[in-house]
Amino acid sequence: MFTLIFFCYCAVMIIGSGLLAIIMRNPVHSLLSVLVLFFHMAGLYLMLNAEFLAAVQIIVYAGAILVLYLFVMFLVNIREELKMDRFVQSAWLSRIISIGIGFSLIAILPAFVLGEKGHWPLEAIQKATNTKALGQELYSTYILPFEIAGLILLIAVVGGLVLAKRNSSTTIEKS
Amino acid sequence: MINSAIVSWTAFEPILPEMLLVCIGLVVIVLDLFAGKHREFLPWLTVLGCITVMGMVAGQQNASAFGGMILTDSYAVFFKVICLLGVIMTALMSEHFRRTEGLLQGEYYSLMIFSAVGMLLMASAGDLMVLYLGLELMALSVYCLVGMHKGDERGGEAAMKYLLMGGFASAILLYGMSLVYGLTGTTNIAKIAELSGSGQLLHNPALLGALALMIVAFCFKVAIAPFHFWTPDVYEGAPTAITAFMSVGPKAAGFAIFGRVLISGFPQFHDQWGPLLAALALLTMGIGNITALCQQNIKRMLAYSAVAHAGYSLLGVISGTADGLSATMAYLLIYGFMNMGAFAILILLASPGNRHESLDDYKGLAKTHPLAALLMLIFMFSLTGIPPTAGFVGKFYLMKAALGAGYTMTVIGLVLFSSISAYFYLRVVRYMYMSDPQEEIEINYTAGISTVLGLALLGVVGLGLLPGSVIGQAASALLGQ
Repeated sequence: MFTLIFFCYCAVMIIGSGLLAIIMRNPVHSLLSVLVLFFHMAGLYLMLNAEFLAAVQIIVYAGAILVLYLFVMFLVNIREELKMDRFVQSAWLSRIISIGIGFSLIAILPAFVLGEKGHWPLEAIQKATNTKALGQELYSTYILPFEIAGLILLIAVVGGLVLAKRNSSTTIEKS
Repeated sequence: MINSAIVSWTAFEPILPEMLLVCIGLVVIVLDLFAGKHREFLPWLTVLGCITVMGMVAGQQNASAFGGMILTDSYAVFFKVICLLGVIMTALMSEHFRRTEGLLQGEYYSLMIFSAVGMLLMASAGDLMVLYLGLELMALSVYCLVGMHKGDERGGEAAMKYLLMGGFASAILLYGMSLVYGLTGTTNIAKIAELSGSGQLLHNPALLGALALMIVAFCFKVAIAPFHFWTPDVYEGAPTAITAFMSVGPKAAGFAIFGRVLISGFPQFHDQWGPLLAALALLTMGIGNITALCQQNIKRMLAYSAVAHAGYSLLGVISGTADGLSATMAYLLIYGFMNMGAFAILILLASPGNRHESLDDYKGLAKTHPLAALLMLIFMFSLTGIPPTAGFVGKFYLMKAALGAGYTMTVIGLVLFSSISAYFYLRVVRYMYMSDPQEEIEINYTAGISTVLGLALLGVVGLGLLPGSVIGQAASALLGQ
């Protein structure tokens, strides 16, 4: 009973703060609602007996990434909003389409049946401890995806540098 | 449950080409720091590296590695060759492009190489996780490449648009994948096929919904209408060499995962996705060709033509057979050659300060630069699909595959829209040959661009005259699966 209430609370908070993150006009406010979202995600992980993931969620996402975001936000000081042309002009058409998609996505959910379970039942994870089990899988079975993810981070760094370099050189030219 | 480490170095053998490519990308970044003024050799290093990797890829055995996450079957090899050809030709063109536009640091080449790594991983992905990570690896590099143009607002806007739309598409893809994972309990594509075909999952609405979400995301990646809205803006805003790259490499990789997921992963659902994609293909051909009619900017026209050609290529996937898929693969290769050729002419005509992208700039080109005009004529003929060029052969096999699977309406659409497309492709030819030149455009054939033009010409004419070998290769790719 308690777990159900806890789950419902987390789910509602996640959806609510996710919506707020999109709706808020002030970027700092939407970042803060993302922070709330991350904490409740961590709550869900805890409920699933994944303490390691919950800790990582809070330390890495909430602690590091969001704080970095906030720093950037304060440093860059966005004055004007980026505006892009709509691809579809009529607002009503897009509303009808998105509501339709939303409904059909909800409508398919009752048919959802849980598939085969993997080879890590709860007892095995508890015996091996969460972190150890995760590490074992990550560095043996999933070594390839893990390495690719590392490469993606490298590209993010290189790409960020390239784009930032471009900006600074153009401002120098202008001044 | 804990077993000792099972990762050994021999396990990495099937991805040696990808690893080599990563190393080349890193070397390019480092060399760029120290090379100073001698950066001219960076594109050549890229080309040389890609040719080496292509050789390694071609010599690979049919194997599966990392517990089925990586498949080096000949299907993957064929797509890898297309993607690497795209990188090689773009790198060759970029050397010329750098002279007229004057940007492009070493990171440009390394980002291109990294996106090639992503494409290779996509082509040989046997697991949804590797497929997604490869896709992101490719996409992230391409977003940066699009936005690299110095002081060009169109480039910045295009990159932003592409990033946002790409982010949405990835989210949709991930949602679909997570549903599939929940329903089947596996991310392995072959296993998904096994489980989804069995009894209770066969007509499960949730699985159908998940499949639909994944199809939407794939359609976005290969620019199938109505998910093509980003294409014209991004293609027009990106540096021309990158536009050429995007229309060949990432598109081929997109079709590689499209075919792999639909035909290897959900063959039992062909009755559902076949007609749906047939309708989308018809829509795409229509929108692409009809909108291209009224474009005055030739780069934008080629962007819409890329949308139309995505529609043509889809025909082979729709049929759901090995023959159909091989027709799509052959068409993507042919399209790579002819499109690269057309874009190479575009880059050739561009001069510092004026890109000469308007149709009017092509007036009387035959009188001032007969060779460039002749080459453009051949590429335009091929894009239209006029025999004996390769474009005709490609379309012929696509139509054959779709007719064989019973999609007569779509084939009629293809013929109809191809004849409409003749108007705007041949308009370029008419301007070149039947109008008087307006202003003198200076052209100088550098080594890089001449090589690209030569390769493209060889591909378009060679595949047009001797189609059997490529189609045979593509067909055997599927039989060997």
